[in-house]
Amino acid sequence: MAIRSVLSRRTLSSLKESSSKLLGLRGIQTFTLPDLPYDYSALEPAISGEIMQIHHQKHHQTYVTNYNNALEQLDQAVNKGDASTVVKLHSAIKFNGGGHVNHSIFWKNLAPVNQGGGEPPKGALGGAIDTHFGSLEGLVKKMSAEGAALQGSGWVWLGLDKELKKLVVDTTANQDPLVTKGGSLVPLVGIDVWEHAYYLQYKNVRPDYLKNVWKVINWKYASEVYESECK
Amino acid sequence: MASCVVTTSSFCTVSDSSIRLKSSKLVHLQRRRSLGSRGGLKVEAYYGLKTPPYPLDALEPYMSQRTLEVHWGKHHRGYVDNLNKQLGKDDKLYGYTMEELIKATYNNGNPLPEFNNAAQVYNHDFFWESMQPGGGDMPQKGVLEQIEKDFGSFTNFREKFTNAALTQFGSGWVWLVLKREERRLEVVKTSNAINPLVWDDIVCERVSLIFSCYKVMFPLDHMYFCCCCLQPIISLDVWEHSYYIDYKNERGKYINTFLNHLVSWNAAMSRMARAEAFVNLGEPNIPIA
Repeated sequence: MAIRSVLSRRTLSSLKESSSKLLGLRGIQTFTLPDLPYDYSALEPAISGEIMQIHHQKHHQTYVTNYNNALEQLDQAVNKGDASTVVKLHSAIKFNGGGHVNHSIFWKNLAPVNQGGGEPPKGALGGAIDTHFGSLEGLVKKMSAEGAALQGSGWVWLGLDKELKKLVVDTTANQDPLVTKGGSLVPLVGIDVWEHAYYLQYKNVRPDYLKNVWKVINWKYASEVYESECK
Repeated sequence: MASCVVTTSSFCTVSDSSIRLKSSKLVHLQRRRSLGSRGGLKVEAYYGLKTPPYPLDALEPYMSQRTLEVHWGKHHRGYVDNLNKQLGKDDKLYGYTMEELIKATYNNGNPLPEFNNAAQVYNHDFFWESMQPGGGDMPQKGVLEQIEKDFGSFTNFREKFTNAALTQFGSGWVWLVLKREERRLEVVKTSNAINPLVWDDIVCERVSLIFSCYKVMFPLDHMYFCCCCLQPIISLDVWEHSYYIDYKNERGKYINTFLNHLVSWNAAMSRMARAEAFVNLGEPNIPIA
């Protein structure tokens, strides 16, 4: 019995860039590049269409491809009982898998202005932000500062600590998902501060990117995640 | 001035109208005097932005002028400016050479805030000098012999170097280093601002312990043995800002171009020669006059 290997939501409109692999015989599921629910140029002027296209079609696609390759190699190594290869693949899986996970969240964290991008959060999440950070401006200031101060490549996150029932701001290095900072952390908003996320437009001025990206943050999605985790 | 640059590194005080060079000894004297100073001498800035040894468009088409303008003119300059700002806050880190400053601020793996800037200033100085117009191709004579000895072949070295550069996840650097203890060349990769200089301390502590017994008979300066256990020979910047303007996400293409057209084996040769002052690689090849 073949196992369908598509694990992400796809829009009906475009079928490009997805290479779905049916590996039913082997039993491992592989991953495909999720489509963006908006055009590449829809986030301008905050993020240029050129950046969005390369970021999605090249960087994210590479993570997906390499993740799938690593998983295949892992599967073979596991079946052969090759423990040292299994361990050796660990960093490639963490990096590429993390890259896929993080970017899949990131595309949903963004929305064009005419689809609600930049609109402040209402409801439960809005209240929680005011409680924990004083105001949305306070949260934005904190996340922007931490994002700017992050050395090298990484992400800055607004997360929900499920156990402690509080919002946290944290950073992760390279492509580490937020869960590597705490098993009970659920990512609500992640901002990519790798240079590839802003370089063509903002060059070395990461703080300018961080100032502008808030204009296209999709708080509706973050609220949905927050409310579903808080049930 | 179109750009305010100082062409020699370390120990420069920069004021609007003049540039004064000071040795480390003088800086120490300065420190004592500057508190309640008579004569108004004030140490203001410590490191200058060194220009690359070629014009900014000299590496075209392999590394564009635009890249050099942003990478050197903004990133590298930013590290220098921020380092000077940090050093200006108090006098704890006066009097170090750049290599000493990096090791001191690395603080055995618990880096101080100054480390990132200090290390990146060094890293970028080293990087510009690891390239030259008309670079690439193959090394000659001693360097080539050493590479073939330690890697089997130049092709094998290229493969190792390329692979390290491709698998440095995130930001970082790739280095060809001469390892003092092992007396061989190796390719190492480092992340973010880290460079091979910071790996000295563990080895050097051992060395100095051994030699401490001989201190009475042979009064040897501790620092002599702790100079660069890993001698960098060549480096490649694999932070995205280094290649994004010219190559976008195609790091592999950038690495290939560096090895084919940019890497300065001349610089490698002179660095090897200097490194051999600290590493005994065997019988010297004395040319017959």
